[in-house]
Amino acid sequence: MCHQSVGLIARQAEAAGIPTLCMASARDIIMSVNPPRAVFLDYPLGHTAGPPDRPEIQIQILRHAIGAFVRMNTPGTVETLPFSWPDNPDWKKSFDMLKDDRTERVDTPQYQTEEDRLRAETREKINMIDDGDA
Amino acid sequence: MTIDYIKNLTTLYSSLGYRPYQWIENPDPPPFIALKKPLSQIRLGLIASGGIYVTGQTAFHYKDDASFRTIAKDVKTEDLRVTHFAYDLTDARKDPNSVFPIDTLRHLVGEGFIGELADHLFTFMGGIYSARKVQDDLAPRLTQHLIDEKVDAVLLVPV
Repeated sequence: MCHQSVGLIARQAEAAGIPTLCMASARDIIMSVNPPRAVFLDYPLGHTAGPPDRPEIQIQILRHAIGAFVRMNTPGTVETLPFSWPDNPDWKKSFDMLKDDRTERVDTPQYQTEEDRLRAETREKINMIDDGDA
Repeated sequence: MTIDYIKNLTTLYSSLGYRPYQWIENPDPPPFIALKKPLSQIRLGLIASGGIYVTGQTAFHYKDDASFRTIAKDVKTEDLRVTHFAYDLTDARKDPNSVFPIDTLRHLVGEGFIGELADHLFTFMGGIYSARKVQDDLAPRLTQHLIDEKVDAVLLVPV
């Protein structure tokens, strides 16, 4: 869904006159939504901009990806980036679709930490008081 | 071999008794605008859909959340948080650059490969089933923000 949402936004931004480039790790989804320019990084989902804590590889990937703004001349092209997942070369063999089922999802904020929740809720309260004074 | 996510998801949904999800198919050629400046002079925008927020901001929820967060280009990397229902968050929480390449882009600005970053970058939680909500609500709002940020180009990073 993420790739689809991003592709739809890219098409609108480009239609408004802004050149766009989508990075992608799900090639079939990005090809289906067909954004103006896309580069495909054949990595496990969750690493579209590079492997964690490997800044030298992240920089190489982004430099190569952004170069596509200049290289690509054909609308709807998906170019494969020349990088392979550096950790386990057999990662696709153990691929298992996450249980992305369509059960009811809650509409309350899903914080990474309890501390985040407290900070955000405190800020909301302060904002409400400010609004009340205004 | 590339993983076929649409086929995998269709199989998963059908095993759970759900109807197949209707993925967007755009066979028509997309709009296409050439870059007007060399990369070393562009002001680049960034939109990432991996559910990134800054501590202190309200986190995303998981029910077709079409909201977005605005993140300053000089944000401290250690203040970034990640929440999403559809991918393994372990690595993104360890190093947000895997889904929101902020340090990477700041490095590329530093070495002169790109000109500068927009003052504000945008994030949302891309697991939105309603494509209509994205097309009619989220995409127009983000596009307007990109125009206001006067970007020459925008990089989009899904998960």
